[in-house]
Amino acid sequence: MKYGTYLRLTVTNKSNRQAPNQNDGPTAGPPPADQETINHLTADLTNWSELYTDPTIKRMSTEQIMEDRLWDYIDGISSPAERSAVDELLAANFEWQQKYRELLNVHQLLNTSELDAPSMRFTKNVMEEIARHHVAPATKTYINKNIIRGIGAFFLTMILGFVTYVFAQFKWSAGGDGSSKILGTNPNLDLERLNNVNVSKAFNSTYITVFMLIAVVMGFMLLDMYLQRKKQLR
Amino acid sequence: MTQSELTDTEIIKRILQGEQALFAQLVQRYQQYVFTLVLRFTDSREDAEEISQDVFVKAYRSLADFRGESKFSTWLYTVVRTSSITFLRKKKLDTTSLDNERTFLQLENRESGFNANTMEQKSRHAMVNAAIRLLSPDDGQVITLFYKGEQTLEEIGRIMGMEPNTVKVRLHRARNRLREKMEKHFSDEVRDLFTPDSYQQK
Repeated sequence: MKYGTYLRLTVTNKSNRQAPNQNDGPTAGPPPADQETINHLTADLTNWSELYTDPTIKRMSTEQIMEDRLWDYIDGISSPAERSAVDELLAANFEWQQKYRELLNVHQLLNTSELDAPSMRFTKNVMEEIARHHVAPATKTYINKNIIRGIGAFFLTMILGFVTYVFAQFKWSAGGDGSSKILGTNPNLDLERLNNVNVSKAFNSTYITVFMLIAVVMGFMLLDMYLQRKKQLR
Repeated sequence: MTQSELTDTEIIKRILQGEQALFAQLVQRYQQYVFTLVLRFTDSREDAEEISQDVFVKAYRSLADFRGESKFSTWLYTVVRTSSITFLRKKKLDTTSLDNERTFLQLENRESGFNANTMEQKSRHAMVNAAIRLLSPDDGQVITLFYKGEQTLEEIGRIMGMEPNTVKVRLHRARNRLREKMEKHFSDEVRDLFTPDSYQQK
C-alpha cells in the first residue's frame, strides 16, 4: 500500500490541534470569510513577491508565505477569519490545494509516527537507582525570601550611607555671585572639600557611627533569622 | 481507583508522602517521551538510556520543587534538556543549537555518510525517525515535543527558553527541513506524498 493512501486511512483525531480532514472538503468549518480577509492573505503574497526581481527568490518568498499560512491553518492556530479565508482559497485555488495536501501529509506522517522505547529493564533500573536517593526538600523551604530581602536592604543601606556622606561634603548654596566651581553652573558645589576629605577623620564622624550601628543591628537580625530557620528545620 | 488511573499530580503528592514505589508509574508513563527526546541530542542508544535514567533520578530528587504550575511533562522535559546538554558537554560533544555554524557542518557530515539503502527496516516509523535524526537537536526536539509530547507552543517555549512565536517559526522551518530530508533520502517512499503529480483533485 502506498504511504499516501495508508495515511489517509489511518489518520486519527488528535486533541484540539487536529487539522481538518482533507476528505471533508474545504467548505467545512467556520463561517465564510469576507472578501477583505481573502484579499489580505493573497495581497501578502503579491506584495512580498513584488519586492524581488529575481524570479527564484520571488517564487521562494511567495511559497514561504503560503506555507506559513497553511501550517497555521493545519495546526489550528490561525484566527477564525484567516481560517475561513484559507478555506475559500482551498476551494478555489489549485496551487493552494496542492500545497495544503503536501503539508497535511507531512503533518499526518508525524502524527502517526511512533516513539522510541528504551530497554525492557529501564523502569527497573531507574527504581533501583532511586532507592538510593531521597526526595530533596523543596527549594522554597531553605530559601527564605526574608533573608534575601534582608541582604538586599543591607546593601541598600550601605550604598545610601555612602551617598549621604558624600553629599554631606558638598557646600550647597543657591544663587550667590554667579560664579561656580563646578562647570560654571548653580548651585555651587565645592568639590575641593570632597578632594580634601580626611578618611581617618571620616570614620570617626557621626554619619559613619550611625551607619555602622544600623549595619550591625541588621547583621544580627539576619543571623537570628537564619538560626531560627535552622532550628525549625530540625 | 487503580494506580494507572491516578493523575500525575496525585501520584506526585503520594510519592512526597512516602510512597516511593509509585514513581514507577511516572517512569512508565514518560520513559518513551524522555528517551525519544534524549535521542534528539545523541545518536547513541546507550548514552540516551544513561541520560534518560539520570533524568528520572534528578526528577525524583527534585520532585518537591514541582509546584504543579505547569504540566508534569513540561517540567520533566526541562530536566531532559538540561541533563542532555550537561551530559554531552561532559563528553565534549557539540550540542549547540541550530544557529551554530559548527552544528550545520557536523550535521552535513553526518548526512553525507548516511545511506538510506542500508536501512534494515524501511517502515514509515523508521523513515520518520531516521529523517528526524538528520535534523539539528533543536529541530528534532521541537517536532517531538509538538507531535509526541502534546505540548503547546507556549509550553515548548517555556522548555526551550523561547517566545511562542519563535517556537512557531522554528516548528515551520523544522517541518520543511524534515520534508527536504525525506525527499532527499527516501525519495521512493515519499514520492507519493510530496510530489505535485500525486495530487488528484476530487
